[in-house]
Amino acid sequence: MAENQKSEVLVHANELTCIREERILFDELSFDINAGDIVQIEGPNGAGKTSLLRIIAGLSRPYAGEVHYLNQNITRCRDEFNHDLLYLGHLAGVKSELTAEENLNFNLSISGYHDFDTSSILSKVNLSGFEDALAGHLSAGQHRRTALARLWHTNCRVWILDEPFTAIDKKGVEELEKLFIRHAESGGCVILTTHQDMGVVTEKQLRKIRLDYRFV
Amino acid sequence: MWKWLNSYADPERSYNLAGKLLPWLACLAIALIGVGTTWGLLFAPTDYQQGESYRIIFIHVPAASMSMMAYVSMAIASFIGLVWQIKAADWAAASIAPIGAVITFIALVTGSTWGKPMWGTWWVWDARLTSELVLLFLYLGVIALYASFEDKVLAARAAGILAIVGVINVPIIKYSVDWWSSLHQPATIKITEKSSMPMEMLMPLLINIFGFGVMIATITLVRYRTEVLARNGMRPWVRALATKEVAK
Amino acid sequence: MNRGISYTRAFTTLFMRDIKIAIRHRGDIFNPLLFFIMVVTLFPLGVGPEPQVLSRVAPGIIWVAALLASMLSLERLFKADYNDGTLEQMLLSPQPLPLLVLAKVLAHWVLTGVPLILVAPLLAVLLNLESNSYGALMATLALGTPVLSLLGAIGVALTVGLRKGGVLLSLLILPLYIPVLIFATSAIDASGMNLPYTPHLAIIGAILAGSLILAPIAIGASLRVSTN
Repeated sequence: MAENQKSEVLVHANELTCIREERILFDELSFDINAGDIVQIEGPNGAGKTSLLRIIAGLSRPYAGEVHYLNQNITRCRDEFNHDLLYLGHLAGVKSELTAEENLNFNLSISGYHDFDTSSILSKVNLSGFEDALAGHLSAGQHRRTALARLWHTNCRVWILDEPFTAIDKKGVEELEKLFIRHAESGGCVILTTHQDMGVVTEKQLRKIRLDYRFV
Repeated sequence: MWKWLNSYADPERSYNLAGKLLPWLACLAIALIGVGTTWGLLFAPTDYQQGESYRIIFIHVPAASMSMMAYVSMAIASFIGLVWQIKAADWAAASIAPIGAVITFIALVTGSTWGKPMWGTWWVWDARLTSELVLLFLYLGVIALYASFEDKVLAARAAGILAIVGVINVPIIKYSVDWWSSLHQPATIKITEKSSMPMEMLMPLLINIFGFGVMIATITLVRYRTEVLARNGMRPWVRALATKEVAK
Repeated sequence: MNRGISYTRAFTTLFMRDIKIAIRHRGDIFNPLLFFIMVVTLFPLGVGPEPQVLSRVAPGIIWVAALLASMLSLERLFKADYNDGTLEQMLLSPQPLPLLVLAKVLAHWVLTGVPLILVAPLLAVLLNLESNSYGALMATLALGTPVLSLLGAIGVALTVGLRKGGVLLSLLILPLYIPVLIFATSAIDASGMNLPYTPHLAIIGAILAGSLILAPIAIGASLRVSTN
């Protein structure tokens, strides 16, 4: 991997302040996320991890401060940023009235992909044979895998994943971690929250941003 | 200009500025409304057609014309807040809304009170009254929406969008109601004919219209100051202010 | 990996998805329609069965019922997508949001507005509508119900994140429905008296054109607030 590519700043947070229900979650928080980074946002429940991820993704507006993507404010370049952003939140974005295949098909099409092979992508997340099952009938883990399948067919550089390992078994977590490392090595970045320990991604490869619960 | 505006968007400065302006505006409002109302109710000549009951226009017309103006100013403030993300504008919009609703309500009540001697009934589906009623609904919608969000930053954005949608619709609603009313009752008596109004009636009316405007501005400032304090409760300067007040 | 932005593809993808979901969930289509029919049948019971009275108030009843039915059915427009996270994905897709929103509103109109237009003549018979008003009734409904969907969707988008949005929704959007109601009912009245009603239709058409352009922007902005 080229060194210059690795040091490229993909996402820059500039003095972000987040206030929820008159409580300051974080105040003037700044950091850079470079190409090749795997960043874990740490902190106890209620510290604002999800809020921070949603602010970086541009879903929430910070109380003050701004997020930059490739040196441009994301509110100014929303389309380009969205083109390069893959966000998976608490809610999987999987419709229970549609089958696993239809869900993946919709999720990929709405991001602009076409001419893809859904069954081969679904086989990567061990959903072969479940293509035609309604997502509402799948188990919690399979439901989550339906959403995660998008990670195997994407050219987005910035991945923002809120608790991606929820309901995923050990082997699945390992595969996901390997995927993260591959993605980071090819010049992307992963920003995630998780309460699980990661086995494959080593401490050295992982950067941590810590949020503390504030009482004021 | 822009820098200057931005510096006053800072909550503490705008709070202090509002505090400084407040006594002046309050005095002006009391003086204007005092002069206009006394002149209108006691000294202006009696109308040859409607007798003494016409005098309610010195309250009704200012309230009606300002109800519209307050809505437009609220929408403008919301627009500034939404587009340039200036929180002071959001707070200003939130402060105007209830005042506008009350003024609209006053216009409705005085209008129907006036209707009693004029038409012999408390309510007539007259174009003016109907559009005032719809305007009241629009205000109530904005207020209700603002109240339903726990997070007041979001509340201001949501209510702001509604206020802007409303202000685009107001002319259409007004036009449709006028048109509807002319269709259903072609011959109502026009209740205000400003052009034919003698100077002695027009002057107190204009003074009162202006006075109502200043009054709305004054009450908005009072509400704006409390809104700033409420939204910045966690800021050090508000805490310092609170401890100072307690010490007094 | 093939990737490219195509507005028509994004539009049809979302449109077809909503149609497919609605077909698998038929209740959402039929309930507002049943509501519409029920409200209209209640009126003769309330105001009495005299044919003259009914034919006088028929345009108003049908339109007010259509207004309420449209509002009730709209309530679910963004709710499911909000609850399962697909709405977030729509907001983060590289496609322009107003376009996606328009696809959703159009799908909704096809599913609830069009059936409403189709049963309206039947209800008009029950209410003894003037025989030469049927054309005007259909025309105003065809032009007017999309406006109801578009304007209503703004209110729905603003309240989708709130736990109890139902009553609030009516307070927000019913005042905005007034112009459509006025022009539509007076067009039907005019046609009953054999007067030309094309000017009324033209105004409703103008309102439709205006809301087609502006409403999706407002809906998009509202959704961004609601998902914050």
